[in-house]
Amino acid sequence: MPEFLQHLANAVILGGTYALLGIGLTLIFGIMRVVNFTHGELYTFGAYMAFMLAGMFGLNFFASLALAALLGMALGALIEFALLRPLKGADIDTTMLVMIGAGIAMQAGEQLMWGGVAKSVPNPFPTDPFVLGPVSVGPIRLFVLAVAVVLLVIFYLLLNRTKLGVAMRATFQDPDTAALMGVNNGLMYTLTFAIGSGLAAIAGALLGPIFVVTPTMGDLVALKAFAIVILGGLGNIPGATIGGFVLALVEEFGAGYLSSGYRDAMGFLLIIAVLLVRPQGLFAAKERIG
Amino acid sequence: MVKKNAFATVATMALMVSGGAMAQDTVKIGVNQPLTGAVAASGNYVTNGARIAEEVLNAKGGVLGKKVALVIEDNKSNPKEAVAAAEKLIVRDKVPVMMGAWSSTLTLAVMPKLVEYSVPMVVETSSSGKITTSGNPWVFRIAPTSAMEAKAFGEKMDQFSPPIKKADFLAVNNDFGRGASDEFRKMLEGKGIKVGVVETMAPEATDLSAQLANIKQSGGDTLFVTTGVEQITLVLKQAAEQRLPQRIITTGGSSSPDQLVAQAGEAANNSYHILFFAPWFPDKATNPDVAKAFVDAWKQKGYDFAGLTEGFRGYDGIMTIAEAVKGAGKAEPQAIRDALWTTKVSGVNGNIAFTKEGPSGKESGQNQPNIYIVQVKDGKVTLP
Repeated sequence: MPEFLQHLANAVILGGTYALLGIGLTLIFGIMRVVNFTHGELYTFGAYMAFMLAGMFGLNFFASLALAALLGMALGALIEFALLRPLKGADIDTTMLVMIGAGIAMQAGEQLMWGGVAKSVPNPFPTDPFVLGPVSVGPIRLFVLAVAVVLLVIFYLLLNRTKLGVAMRATFQDPDTAALMGVNNGLMYTLTFAIGSGLAAIAGALLGPIFVVTPTMGDLVALKAFAIVILGGLGNIPGATIGGFVLALVEEFGAGYLSSGYRDAMGFLLIIAVLLVRPQGLFAAKERIG
Repeated sequence: MVKKNAFATVATMALMVSGGAMAQDTVKIGVNQPLTGAVAASGNYVTNGARIAEEVLNAKGGVLGKKVALVIEDNKSNPKEAVAAAEKLIVRDKVPVMMGAWSSTLTLAVMPKLVEYSVPMVVETSSSGKITTSGNPWVFRIAPTSAMEAKAFGEKMDQFSPPIKKADFLAVNNDFGRGASDEFRKMLEGKGIKVGVVETMAPEATDLSAQLANIKQSGGDTLFVTTGVEQITLVLKQAAEQRLPQRIITTGGSSSPDQLVAQAGEAANNSYHILFFAPWFPDKATNPDVAKAFVDAWKQKGYDFAGLTEGFRGYDGIMTIAEAVKGAGKAEPQAIRDALWTTKVSGVNGNIAFTKEGPSGKESGQNQPNIYIVQVKDGKVTLP
């Protein structure tokens, strides 16, 4: 029983960051129909920016996080502008190949720039955990969960309560009609890609201090982000949020009670099971994709 | 496509011609290491050590009157790439001998190619028992097996106070990790010590909270951790977060304690590490002058001090190969293999020599290396 509560606490904290990763990716797919293979690299980029700003330049930790997110958005906008815009109208295979190439190039660039030795991001949180009965949680993990929840709420409000959100959703549903209503589709695409990238970058910047920063840290994360998105239904934003928490719960309890060596396989077994029963994902989008 | 193929053929021919020309005045040694990917840090350290050996050898006039030339290939921390790298080294670069391939999984993947092409390989890091017991007569290992490491550790175990009464394990889920936790478990059980939880983790896993939560509940007093330095950093940080009561001991010699101190900070304090070279105390080595000279050369090159605990493997490996080439009198695979059996080197780790292991008729070579146990105390590496 005591370890049950600890597993639960771990899963909820992990779920928050999974959700951040998932919505960033699903947003881009939902609106732009682009399978973003640079998502994991933007996560890595965010972590390295946090390392550079807080670790090398000695900037305030919280300011570094915000700046890392902004830089991630800028890089996302650049990718959209330089790679995706010229490919408008190209078939999905071409776009996918370009994005895979961009992902590989980004990872190689990180390796070249920072080397293979892992980096660690300094943070102002004490290592001494909060202890509540059998559960002990590092203060930085609580901070990460809080930021993730705040970002999820902000993102939800942005999409559902603002004019920009309406314009984005309109572009998602029917770009042509949205354009006729005066929505600048091109701008929406750039913004969407930038916001999705910013979410990946902030997830990396948040988790960098908990884990270590390496050029390949994005590989597994990208795979998980895809898993979350498929679990929740492609392009479905609440689905991706719930998918993030579901994946974290399955991984944590699977690792805790079944086999820790196959922790990462648990999530994917779940996805196979879900796809067999509900091919559209747990929370099907109103509009089928494809 | 036709054009591209034609170009590729011409390019390959050009490379082969230039490779052939090079072969006249150098002795080539293939190096197959993970320079990118998950375990890139360690692979680069080993390669740096190999480069120092190359320079030292060439400063003394090379071997057989020729310069030593390392041909370094990146196996990208991936067994498939490790096989491709070995094949490229043998077929295209025509190296008569190789060193590689860091992790047990990478080395095991390469081994069938050694038999296929009849080329010997000196294994500088891998610890899985299978490497020298599977009947591959082209493999010569200077690194200790997990069983040797466990045995040597058992002999030094009395120094722990309070003594180890119940041990738990956390190991990376590959040949290296599982092999080590099996051997240490056997050794401890043989001494009447109880074994609690045995947990594994995927090589690229970052969140180990589930495993640590189980280990915390086991009631053990000592946790043996086997994996590379990146994951050890994560284990130490997360163990501190979860207030793990166990004393942590890392095995495998790839823990780079200085890097742990730099990256895990306070969480690294009071952890113990089994190493095969302790560069802080070169005078404690079997060959203090060799160890000191190597540490000085490493510092002079401006390499990271934290890498020395891995870097020495590359140095010892290349020195062993060079000595075997000298013994063989010619840079040919079969002759080098035969010479390896009688090669004796005063290495950084200790005195290197090979004894036979594995099924008779196709034995592999295995060296008996030294081990050291160090402890991190107040951010400093000490001998406990």
